[in-house]
Amino acid sequence: MANRHIDEPTGVETVGHEWDGIEELNNPLPRWWVVTFWITVVFSLAYMVVYPAIPMLGKGTEGLWGWSSRGQLTAEMAAAQAARKPVLDKIAATPIEQIAADKDLLAKARAGGMAAFKQNCALCHGSGGKGMVGYPNLADRDWLWGGSVTDIEFSITHGIRSPGADATRTSLMPSFGKDGILQDGQIADTSAYVLSLSGKAPSDAAAQRGAAVFAANCAACHGADGKGLRAFGAPNLADQVWLYGGTKDQVAASIARARAGVMPAWAGKLDPVTIKMLAVYVHSLGGGEQFAAAPAAAAAAPANGNGNAKP
Amino acid sequence: MVMEMRSPDTASAAPVLYEKRKAVFPKAVDGRFRRFKWLVLALTLGVYYITPWLRWDRGPYAPNQAVLVDLAHRRFYMFGIEIWPQEFYFVAGLLIMAGIGLFVITSAVGRAWCGYSCPQTVWTDLFQHVDRLVDGDRNAQQRLQDAPWGSAKVARRAMKWTIYLVISFWTGGAWIMYFADAPTLTVDFWTGQAAPVAYATVAVLTATTFVFGGFMREQVCIYMCPWPRIQTAMLDEKSLIVTYKDWRGEPRGSVKKQEKNPGGVGDCIDCNQCVNVCPTGYDIRNGPDVACITCALCIDACDSVMAQIGRPRGLIDYATLEDCKIESEGGQPRPISKALFHTRTLVYVGVWSAIGFALLFALGARERIDISVQKDRNPPFTIEPDGAVRNDYTVKLLNMEGRPRPMRIALEGLPGGLMWTDDISQEKAAPVLDVTAAPDQVEPVRVYVIAPANAREQQIRFVLTATDKEGGGDVSETRFDAPEANTMGGSQ
Repeated sequence: MANRHIDEPTGVETVGHEWDGIEELNNPLPRWWVVTFWITVVFSLAYMVVYPAIPMLGKGTEGLWGWSSRGQLTAEMAAAQAARKPVLDKIAATPIEQIAADKDLLAKARAGGMAAFKQNCALCHGSGGKGMVGYPNLADRDWLWGGSVTDIEFSITHGIRSPGADATRTSLMPSFGKDGILQDGQIADTSAYVLSLSGKAPSDAAAQRGAAVFAANCAACHGADGKGLRAFGAPNLADQVWLYGGTKDQVAASIARARAGVMPAWAGKLDPVTIKMLAVYVHSLGGGEQFAAAPAAAAAAPANGNGNAKP
Repeated sequence: MVMEMRSPDTASAAPVLYEKRKAVFPKAVDGRFRRFKWLVLALTLGVYYITPWLRWDRGPYAPNQAVLVDLAHRRFYMFGIEIWPQEFYFVAGLLIMAGIGLFVITSAVGRAWCGYSCPQTVWTDLFQHVDRLVDGDRNAQQRLQDAPWGSAKVARRAMKWTIYLVISFWTGGAWIMYFADAPTLTVDFWTGQAAPVAYATVAVLTATTFVFGGFMREQVCIYMCPWPRIQTAMLDEKSLIVTYKDWRGEPRGSVKKQEKNPGGVGDCIDCNQCVNVCPTGYDIRNGPDVACITCALCIDACDSVMAQIGRPRGLIDYATLEDCKIESEGGQPRPISKALFHTRTLVYVGVWSAIGFALLFALGARERIDISVQKDRNPPFTIEPDGAVRNDYTVKLLNMEGRPRPMRIALEGLPGGLMWTDDISQEKAAPVLDVTAAPDQVEPVRVYVIAPANAREQQIRFVLTATDKEGGGDVSETRFDAPEANTMGGSQ
């Protein structure tokens, strides 16, 4: 302190060292900066104590407050679930046929169903429910197993030909070609007849021959007029919707090697409320049937449920 | 223009740019401009405080407050006019008109906005009246300011600031009334049930009014406000401003001097009354300056002095610099109407009224219903069992009126096309749907459109018509998708 030296041009004290005539001015850090610095040091120490901070061999320290990002996520998910609970409870308590009467509940069930659909169903049926070859279009009015909201709920719950599901919707068309039931020529004739039902092919001699084969082998399930039977999931062959394609080759292939699409039973995978919302959503895609409009389907539904599971 | 440069002496080593505020204690004055100021004060404050309490019956579906900015529901109500967010250009137009309105006023009568109706001026004026009420006039205020702090001064100050605070709080409180139903909000506010933002707004506006009106006053005009700076660029020698007629006043001398030496001194007796009454503490005799807000109180003060000493009024007066020049050369100043309606003013008035008429026309011609159609793109179309092609749409009906309206939606451009909704079953499908649009809202309706199997991909139109006697309508164009090679059936 004895040789305190003030730098002339700036009027600032120097630190007292000199290197080849170069001196250093003593401009200490501002007090606010130093104070802030020490506050951050104290804060970081406290942070390390109360929050997980120090990596150890097995796992890091857990901190006094026991916070973890996983725990926070769990809490937030639980909070979201709790927020949804009143609506889900109301949907669970409302019979599915009556959801449509409550516009607000209907909108919420549709929204919930749409979310579940995109997660679970869109892979096969497409995100808009349009389906693809082998996977039915859910937006049209053509239903293999019934298009009322209860029919749809039943189909989702128990699946279609779902292995291991007792009440699943099941039917089995024989592979007429592969199993040697019909000759190739007969199959070709039958295809011609089937296509003539919907006007896609002329009612020519081949179709006339096919008519007899159809009556003997197909009419039991598909009906004498080919309009199908929902009890067996037998598709309507007289309309314009073809699940496996509507060209003559494709129809012949379907007769030779029977199709048997499978949808898993969702009962164990999704909770009943989600299935209910899914049914409401699918029903709202534009092809849903009213109960009054389709008495046949409504009658068929319980029949299916009660052991029509045998092929 | 004589702009006083308050630049420091460049010779000094450390330039000091800071000037401590000199307290202003404007003296009470009476006169025609003061009375006009009273009138404007009463009018502007009255409009501000009373407007939210005016009622306006809009029927059962809309609020009955005459002027309401309903941020929560995104509506702006002003008497018979209701503005939706998408019509915000009306508000933008109003703001542009307000801006050009300032130009008009500046061009015609100089800084009249600053002098009479600017909120800063009005509230400062109000607070200065409070000063006079509590502390007395200029001299008493000055004495109290210089007096040491004692019980008497503390009591006076406490009382004055309390009154400031009450006025400020009332000012902030009135502001929030424009954003919610005033009577309900008042009750909610005092019972602690109003939104936090309401309390925050009142707190902020109370604080700003208290500080700006009570303490900062003329400093806001001189240092903070950009408008005086812009105005200095807009004023020219044809603009009406408060002017000291120096050729008549100078050299200054007392009445006695004048008696001793008739004609040797000017009319100004250097009584300083013009400075004493000035709310910004400016001496107008130094020429025009941003500090002069042209409130014309110095004209009142000077006029009354001139009357007392028997000289003609108008030593300080509203005049243009051009007229001043003519007058000083002994000419006859032009009539005031010439100054008011010079070319630039007329151009501004033209632009201003053109925007005004355009807005009025748009307001009269605006459509109160709207249809917008959103097509479902996934799936683009659905083939029904009979081969018919179905497209789904979300149709949004916008009814801006505060009552339910019967509407008809017609499908055009699709031969054989039929439509139905979730509420109108498919059995009743028709090319025309009758619906009721809910009041004052946008209503989404899902519409299913079906066309015969041979339908082509094409443009279609949804035509909305209001079927009540008021009528009106709107059209929304969209597309109808169909299989590409639409022969009978299809391959799927």
